[in-house]
Amino acid sequence: MIGRFGPKRLRIVSRVCWTIGLSVAAIPFVFPLLWMVSSGFKSAAEIFGSPSIVPREWRWLNFVEVFTYQPFAQQYFNSLYISVSVTAITLVVASLAGYALARLRFAGSSLVGLFLVSALMVPEEVTIIPNFFLMKRFGLIDSHLPLILLPVFGPHGIVATFLMRQYFLALPKEVEEAGRMDGLSTFGIWWRIAIPLSRPALAAVAIITFLHSWNQFLEPLIFVSSLDKFTLPLALSNFTDPYGAPLWHLQLAATSLSVIPILVVYLIAQRQIIESFALSGVKG
Amino acid sequence: MGNPAPSTAARARRASWLTLKAREAMEAWLFVSPTVAGFLIFFAGPLVAVVWYSLTEWNLLTQQMKYVGLANFRDALFENPDFWHVVRNSAVFAVGLVPFNMMLALTLALGLSGRFPGVIFFRTVFFAPVVTSAAAWAIVWKFLLQGESGFVNQLLATVGIAGPNWLREPDWAMAAVIFTRVIKMVGLNMILYIAALQAIPRDYEEAARLEGATNWQVFRWITWPLLGPTTLVIMVITTIGSFKVFDHIYLMTGGGPENGTLVLAFYIYEQGFKFFNVGYASALALIMFAIVMVLTVVQLAIRRRDT
Repeated sequence: MIGRFGPKRLRIVSRVCWTIGLSVAAIPFVFPLLWMVSSGFKSAAEIFGSPSIVPREWRWLNFVEVFTYQPFAQQYFNSLYISVSVTAITLVVASLAGYALARLRFAGSSLVGLFLVSALMVPEEVTIIPNFFLMKRFGLIDSHLPLILLPVFGPHGIVATFLMRQYFLALPKEVEEAGRMDGLSTFGIWWRIAIPLSRPALAAVAIITFLHSWNQFLEPLIFVSSLDKFTLPLALSNFTDPYGAPLWHLQLAATSLSVIPILVVYLIAQRQIIESFALSGVKG
Repeated sequence: MGNPAPSTAARARRASWLTLKAREAMEAWLFVSPTVAGFLIFFAGPLVAVVWYSLTEWNLLTQQMKYVGLANFRDALFENPDFWHVVRNSAVFAVGLVPFNMMLALTLALGLSGRFPGVIFFRTVFFAPVVTSAAAWAIVWKFLLQGESGFVNQLLATVGIAGPNWLREPDWAMAAVIFTRVIKMVGLNMILYIAALQAIPRDYEEAARLEGATNWQVFRWITWPLLGPTTLVIMVITTIGSFKVFDHIYLMTGGGPENGTLVLAFYIYEQGFKFFNVGYASALALIMFAIVMVLTVVQLAIRRRDT
């Protein structure tokens, strides 16, 4: 009798209970995504009719109509090229500044660091109104430039700068000094030594920056107004009938198209992606 | 002839040594110049501007700004009943979201910090909504939470419960948005907790176990205190994040019903970019900044007192 409830048995029982508990808890995390894809294949009539995860009739036409209803391909491309630009520029700008803050001695170095940290304390909502008028003055409203510039230099870019600084600080100094002996300029040391050695940090910054830009909502909403300038997050809720009611089958088909590539990449590189977020979460 | 070459070389070396520091400083400034320029143009300048805006009233037709002193702040704090309603909503949102989020994050982390078959699978699942865009997440949940025909209510109907029209009744709408947002973001806090749990040396727990400590005692007297710094960071980040919630509100309820989910960030957006009350919206933005600052400082102070 006692053997039946021995410690090993107990551990197995508790393991099973945990697994069941976790599986139940996982439902609201996974199910909406499955339901989204399945509903994206349903017809407008079926979408509220059958609570079945397998559509009665797979309506591939939804995924065609998504592209004819509004310039969805263009909007998709907008999101893609904006996110890629933001990521590329952030990598350069943040690793340059991060390197200077980590390695170079200059008057004002700690002041620059202090100012950047203080900027992190201020919510973006505080500066977005003046930034709107700034962009307006330069004729950049309804263009993509604000969506590229603001994240690069906003709190997000600052977090990236500090992540890079932290990583550069941990690199062995000797390699860089050897580079200097060999006649490399500071820029050369940064480009030929420091950057190649910091691939993990660059990858982390790239991942969080890309996703942040890809998922941005408030900024596109404020700065962009024409349909062909929309980014994905804005476009998704824009599939409506003439009275403004959502055309759910199209919204969910479009949402699936926007989410699935990200999720596929996530499933392949989940370890790296989760670690990148952990890194930025602790620092930010 | 002598040999002038070494002396010139020495002089050159000394000269270059003298300027080495200056040169390094110059290069450093080149390196940081994009960041500093961006900081001045897109942060420092706008910060000064928003203070100035908050003291003015704009006439959109004539495009004229008029200095009105603290009228916008007085308007918000003492005259406009909307303001306190909005602040109350934001507070309700934060009070509902932060403990729910943190308890769920910690529970999941405790369950997933060890090594067992499937642990990676579960971590991947609970983190998946974090990489999903808020827009997509909000749209899908809005769909699931539709009135009678919505999936959640159809599910409830099968067990004989008539679910409310979630997003059309003020209290339910608030609860629904909080729930949706927690599920979306909890993975991030879970990961931070897992990292902290894994950093705790095993010896502490083993020593306590030898003394006959129960699971709960180990958690209460060893794990929880050691998680303190992480808990503080998570609490600050999550609280600030909850005051900034915008996309879920915009897409799921639009601030409704009956302004039941009209929170601060959404109110600022409406005032600034829909009604173009630029002065008033700027004052609101500064008030929001103040609230976030006060909350952060208070949380840090409480923590410092406790440790």
